[in-house]
Amino acid sequence: MPLNTASLVIGLSYASLLFLVSVGLSVVFGLMRFINLATGSLYLIGGYVAWSVARRTENFLLALLVGAVAALVLGIVIERSFLQRLHRQELLQVALTLGIAYIVQDVTRWIWGGDPLRLRPPGFLRGSMELFGAIVPTYRVALIVVGAVLALIVWYLLERTKWGAYVRAGVDDLEMVQCLGVNVRRIFAIVFALGAFLSGLGGALGTPVTGVAPGTDVQVLLMALIVVVLGGLGSVSGAIVASVIVAMVDTMVRTAWPQASFFAVWALAALVLIVRPQGLLGRTA
Amino acid sequence: MNATVFGKQWRSLVVGALLLFLVSAPALLPSYPLSVLTEILIFTLFAMSLNILLGYAGLPSLGHSAFFGTGGYAVGLLAKYYGLSPVLTLLVAIVAGILVALVTGPFVLRTHGAYFLILTLSLTQVLFGIVWLWRNVTGGDDGLPGIPAPKIPFLVGRLSDTANFYYLTLVIVGLSVAAIGWIVRSPFGLALVGIRENERYLEGLGYPTWRLKYVAYTIAGAFAALAGGLFAYFKGFVGPGQLSWLLAGEGMIMVILGGAGTFWGPAIGALVVLLLRYEVSAFTQRWVMIVGIIFILNVLLLPQGIIRLPQRIREIRAKLRRETTLTPPLTQPSQGPSERSVERVIERS
Repeated sequence: MPLNTASLVIGLSYASLLFLVSVGLSVVFGLMRFINLATGSLYLIGGYVAWSVARRTENFLLALLVGAVAALVLGIVIERSFLQRLHRQELLQVALTLGIAYIVQDVTRWIWGGDPLRLRPPGFLRGSMELFGAIVPTYRVALIVVGAVLALIVWYLLERTKWGAYVRAGVDDLEMVQCLGVNVRRIFAIVFALGAFLSGLGGALGTPVTGVAPGTDVQVLLMALIVVVLGGLGSVSGAIVASVIVAMVDTMVRTAWPQASFFAVWALAALVLIVRPQGLLGRTA
Repeated sequence: MNATVFGKQWRSLVVGALLLFLVSAPALLPSYPLSVLTEILIFTLFAMSLNILLGYAGLPSLGHSAFFGTGGYAVGLLAKYYGLSPVLTLLVAIVAGILVALVTGPFVLRTHGAYFLILTLSLTQVLFGIVWLWRNVTGGDDGLPGIPAPKIPFLVGRLSDTANFYYLTLVIVGLSVAAIGWIVRSPFGLALVGIRENERYLEGLGYPTWRLKYVAYTIAGAFAALAGGLFAYFKGFVGPGQLSWLLAGEGMIMVILGGAGTFWGPAIGALVVLLLRYEVSAFTQRWVMIVGIIFILNVLLLPQGIIRLPQRIREIRAKLRRETTLTPPLTQPSQGPSERSVERVIERS
């Protein structure tokens, strides 16, 4: 499929969602060496809760906020209760967060059932609009704008503030930052909560496009892992670049060669890691 | 001292009982539980082969199903289209696993940690895609059904087919487990543990760490392919599902829950995971949640794996005993009366 406005809009809106779920994962990964396989579950919770709130209140913005806060709460619970116990024990982190993912999937199936749910975007974002001579869905354009703004905010927070400098220093050399008297525990907690919030927001924002169902969490998790690793652990710019690349490749292969869509992204990931074992913007470990 | 002697006797008793059970299982168990036991044996081999990477060498592979599926397809294609004997097909399966490992090894071993995890996963997914799309050879998502189950010739007619295949599996898995045991206890296996603990240090001592990891990766691939070949015979079918990353993930869970880096841990993990899958799902709809809760409890209470359960119980009991009886040795003659009285209060409570 040729690269035209429509595919660009679809790809970039998908990239926005990917960025939201993967940036938290990437920084948490890079900073705390914590592998959070419950990332997809945070997305799932955000989507489901937003769907319920929107159905009760008809207020889309409130739904987004409540969905994201629900994921934030789950994130804080995970961080408070388990994270410190399992510092640097990657295998146990995998088993534990997978256990959480199982529980979340089953609880959500219990509450919301097994059918995919789709949230309706608010009135002013429904339908389609004309952009550079092409007809594109309005909601997708809005997603791109929201994603770009949030990416800019996160990038500014982490790359241009003192607090962000602590976080980046923590990614590079945790012990040294600790020795300098920075309260790493608090930074951990804030980063983890922020990441959970963004994942939940991604779920809420993504529900009108992808829907939520049991299994969405696994798909989201796999894509987020690809993005995080391709971009390089702990790198915000890497997460942005990788989100765009993965989303565009996925979108274009999906239309050009649908049978191959599910593994094209994996082939891309394999290729990148074969050429650059530390990811696109990652530093050599 | 007394406890260790008792522990050793206890252990050989357990091993003896287990061996007796495994050998006489076809006489004790009906057909269905026996086939579940066969599957547990096959996954024991799969999990133990993964443990060489995950537990001993510290290489977190999420693509171990690539070898499992490769072995399965090697067996499936050769048995179905060429009617080769199981000895030959399983040997080819092992060779195929070794080849896949030799080709992918140099790429995956350039990466570390999470990158290793994702690269092994990605390559497995690519293999999955190739098998899926290459319909006229692999059968695509329909797979290859109708693989005839092998039999031990002199047992035909004396035992049911299930029991016959069970013994075949028991012999092959038994020999493989013994081989893995020999490998991990050899100087090579100890060097792998060294790599896991501190690769640079081992390099400094002059160990060719890269080559050791490459060999470990290949050995693990060979045994996983053998397990996959057995599994294809067991199911009479091979399909892309046997290459799926879900299977690799399940193997990883078996190793971690059972006890990564311990010899028997993965076997216990395979037993527990498969029993959870078949038994818990049989009596409740909420089995996914129960499995999740068990994962979490396992990590929190037995972080070193289920294999450490007896040791943990002993630790906890010793701790309790210390709290109740071992207070006197802590008292020192120079302690003042006030402290003594505090201690008496503690003792009474």
